[in-house]
Amino acid sequence: MTDIRTISESLDYGPAPESDREARAWIEKLEGQAPLFINGEFLRPKGAPTFVTRNPATEEILTRVTQASVSDVDLAVSAASKAQTVWWSLGGEGRARYLYALSRGILKNSRLFATLETLDNGKPIRETRDIDVPLVARHFHHHAGWARLLSERAPHSKPWGVCGQVIPWNFPLLMLSWKIAPALAAGNTVVLKPAEWTSLTAILFAELCTQVGLPPGVVNIITGDGLTGAALVGHDDVNKVAFTGSTEVGRVIRKQIAGSGKGLTLELGGKSPFIVFDDADLDSAVEGIVDAIWFNQGQVCCAGSRLLVAESIADTMHAKLRARMERLRVGSPMDKAVDLGAMIEKDHLENVKALCESARAEGNECFQCDVALPDTGFWFPPTLFPNVSPASPIAQEEVFGPVLVSMTFRTPAEAIALANHTRYGLAASVWSQDIDTAIDVSRKLHAGTVWVNCTNLFDAASGFGGVRESGFGREGGLEGLHAYLRPADPWTSTSTGERLPKTGAVADSVEGELATATLDRTAKLYVGGKQARPDGGYSLDVKAPDGTVVDRVGRGNRKDIRNAVEAAHSAGKWGSTTAHLRSQILWYLAENLAPRADELAERIDAMTGCGSTLASTEVETAVDRLTYWASWADKHDGAVHQVPIRGLVLALHEPVGVVGVVCPERWPLLGLISLVAPLIAMGNTVVALPSESAPLAATDLYQVLETSDVPAGVVNLVTGRHTDLIPVLAEHDAVDMIWHAGSVEHTVQIETLSAGNLKRTWCPTEFDPRSARATREELLRHATRVKNLWLPHGV
Amino acid sequence: MLNPGCDLDLDWVLSARANRSAIERRAAALSGRRTVKKEWQVAWLARAVQVIDLTTLAGDDTAGTVRRLAAKACSPVRRDILEAHGLPLDLHCGAVCVYHNLVAVAVEATGKSGVNVCAVSTGFPAGQIPHEQKLEQIHASVAAGAVEIDIVVSRALVLEGRWEQLYNEVRDFRAACGDAVHLKSILATGELATLCQVGRASRVCLCAGADFIKTSTGKEPVNATLPVALVMLRAIREHAERTGHLAGFKPAGGIRTAKESLSFLMLVKEELGAASCRPDRFRIGASSLLADLERQLEFHATGRYSAKHHHPMG
Repeated sequence: MTDIRTISESLDYGPAPESDREARAWIEKLEGQAPLFINGEFLRPKGAPTFVTRNPATEEILTRVTQASVSDVDLAVSAASKAQTVWWSLGGEGRARYLYALSRGILKNSRLFATLETLDNGKPIRETRDIDVPLVARHFHHHAGWARLLSERAPHSKPWGVCGQVIPWNFPLLMLSWKIAPALAAGNTVVLKPAEWTSLTAILFAELCTQVGLPPGVVNIITGDGLTGAALVGHDDVNKVAFTGSTEVGRVIRKQIAGSGKGLTLELGGKSPFIVFDDADLDSAVEGIVDAIWFNQGQVCCAGSRLLVAESIADTMHAKLRARMERLRVGSPMDKAVDLGAMIEKDHLENVKALCESARAEGNECFQCDVALPDTGFWFPPTLFPNVSPASPIAQEEVFGPVLVSMTFRTPAEAIALANHTRYGLAASVWSQDIDTAIDVSRKLHAGTVWVNCTNLFDAASGFGGVRESGFGREGGLEGLHAYLRPADPWTSTSTGERLPKTGAVADSVEGELATATLDRTAKLYVGGKQARPDGGYSLDVKAPDGTVVDRVGRGNRKDIRNAVEAAHSAGKWGSTTAHLRSQILWYLAENLAPRADELAERIDAMTGCGSTLASTEVETAVDRLTYWASWADKHDGAVHQVPIRGLVLALHEPVGVVGVVCPERWPLLGLISLVAPLIAMGNTVVALPSESAPLAATDLYQVLETSDVPAGVVNLVTGRHTDLIPVLAEHDAVDMIWHAGSVEHTVQIETLSAGNLKRTWCPTEFDPRSARATREELLRHATRVKNLWLPHGV
Repeated sequence: MLNPGCDLDLDWVLSARANRSAIERRAAALSGRRTVKKEWQVAWLARAVQVIDLTTLAGDDTAGTVRRLAAKACSPVRRDILEAHGLPLDLHCGAVCVYHNLVAVAVEATGKSGVNVCAVSTGFPAGQIPHEQKLEQIHASVAAGAVEIDIVVSRALVLEGRWEQLYNEVRDFRAACGDAVHLKSILATGELATLCQVGRASRVCLCAGADFIKTSTGKEPVNATLPVALVMLRAIREHAERTGHLAGFKPAGGIRTAKESLSFLMLVKEELGAASCRPDRFRIGASSLLADLERQLEFHATGRYSAKHHHPMG
């Protein structure tokens, strides 16, 4: 017996182990191999290879897991495909009952889920028990509600069909719920692949699915490595892909399914800033840092891994932080009183070690907790690099471990600049007791989530996801539900039976071919509010369908695109100007366009040969579109999410940034206006490639733009050959999104090249600007990104 | 060692920041982050017994009830339970805490047990009497044998931001206690409204030489809470960093269960370290808490859940 008197003096904590008996008994029942779950059945295909899954805290082998083959993937996808009709036909209320049952089922087995997760993953039982499992139950509960309300809250939508979902090892069960709950609520069926290192809770969840009587094939779980994942996302019958994991794999998936027409959401890496101002509650900020970087051993995509501290308090803050680090407890994750458990795997641990060693070798000061680490298992102590330069790799790369780097700033502007100077944009945390500072800074950060005076808070009602190379798409809330829905109606014009306008063509200009000897006028490009001669010094003839040359336009090249993107960036203030002003300017554009209707209609007719009636209608509709989107400019409100904290979670609709627009060939004016107007109404700046064959309707707009107070750089127009220009735009690292309503062939190229900086893409190649769909909120969702701003309060 | 105090540093006082949501989150998460089981729990429960200021502050207190309370403070846990756990047989509470009129009775009843006698003073609980009378009360209680004086601050001084006056008030109380008597300064946090005010008042009292800062009289609608404790402990830590003197902390009021008392102990250990969990730096003002601690200690000795009436009354 331990001497109570001695403890009574030292007041040590001692061991407080949670029992893993039930979890081990469950593993025991697997008889050495976790099965696949396909079409409601647990399968162990004959001769299928298996791999081991370990307890990271002890390296002990827990069981073997089945490596799903390509034919297993086939089987699962086909089961999901068959089940989807049944599932959708249950209706919202029918689906809601199952989701509710899953939520209840999680709670009824909460300790088993928590202990099994901790055994398989190595994270502390406190986190699985108090954070992961309750959030999982909450996610299913919340989405039971979305299933129930789907037709009211998401009209004009239908499910994608079969979703292929690949999730990471850091929150195995939580990420499963983030993927499966919205997919099922929206009427999809799923095939989900858990991470190779952490498959077990997904199999336990599969058991729950059978217990609640979920129809076979609605949820399928296939285990395996990256090859299984690749087979799943690449499967022809998978309609929507959702991936959470590394930016590197996100890029591979983006390229793999480019041009396939599959929906895609990616939730990737981060290097999230944690900003502490001099008027913050510093002791609370220190606790925030504990939750930011030492939660789940720092193996969190949104970990606050870059501490930015006001210079005036940096020494105090670092001293407090070191003192706090000394009290962190690292040890058996089954112990109820540890702060950090084990790292996931040896390979990963070696990566973290190597990154820290090279940072030390560079001469960076390093502080590590003096904690005794167990001999077996994968362990890394809490680590602080208190004075790194932003240029150091440890300050830029995602470590995905309990490693914090710290830098100082002098002014709020410098804090924002340092915070935003990263390729990522997942989350940020801002600490200040001053509401002006906190909110102002939060709004200027590039991040999908900003936590004010808090960190790492999640809820099913609030969307979570990134910007930039942290990916795109949201999970949670209505904004997350939309990722699992697509428009129910196709791009067809409301005025059916109408003849589509013909289109002309362009050809390299040769001197003296103009049909009429008018005063020479060659349309230039429109860049940065000025008419700019094309860099290459070449022109293109714009020809009518009968081959006559209507006029000439500049042939833009890669440098023109570069300049246009530069100009669009310089006009970034457009996004922070008032929505009222943007609305006014769009109305003014309409006002100035209307008097030129006849002239523009003539031009359209001349280029396309569509006839004067259609041409006039096109111009009229274009004017109408301008007033329509002008009206929306100050009405696409965000939301206040109902999350279970005392505070506000504001879903803010922000502009995406610089958007490249490839206009449709037909409707040279209406196509351009229908795409550009919603974008600029929402505060984006645009580099548009007008219709290649009929660009003159766009070039005729220059004067309208100039006289309508559109600030320089907000709209940039580069005429020329789309094959020259599209790849430059699509691979430009400073372009945030591409809207592509051009040819189908270019979609593959655009989506492939977009992988470079993981820019968002929207490629409605069948886009018909006359369609009812062209005036739906759908466009505004593509024109904005949601930032969720968490503002707890309390006096 | 008594707190020598320091000059009032208003910059430091006014720089106190307290974010309620973050503080509540920290306080709430602690019970999930730390726990003690088995022998460790017994040791912690025993410590909880040692830091109790066993209190009776009722209008109907008599010499008889105070003697009974003092006897309980001297022998708070049944001998067989102490033996079963191998705990020292002279284990006793930190103090008995009474009104001035009963100080002499308590001094006599506690004798040489090691249990201190503590008097609430300065117009406890509201403090709405003239300053001179407050000083007289302190003198009288010290003369009667109290070695710990729990004073109440004038809440008006905090609410009106009259920090210098608050400092002078507590300075005077400190001086009135003399060189051998501990001063505990009750902030009555339930009446200060904001955590930021709690932080400021804590800092002023620490500068003025309070040996302990104490949350509540037990008479306010809200008494000791973990968030308030967190703010006060952080003030103590900063004061120690600035002056080198580590003052004590006493939550009081509303702490009735063993589990709650361990939460406070753990909070103190996490924020200030184990050395601040000893009776010279930590007390819990309580009356009914002891009964629950005894029951838990018996449960650990026998494996059976215990009943209140199996333990002697205080």
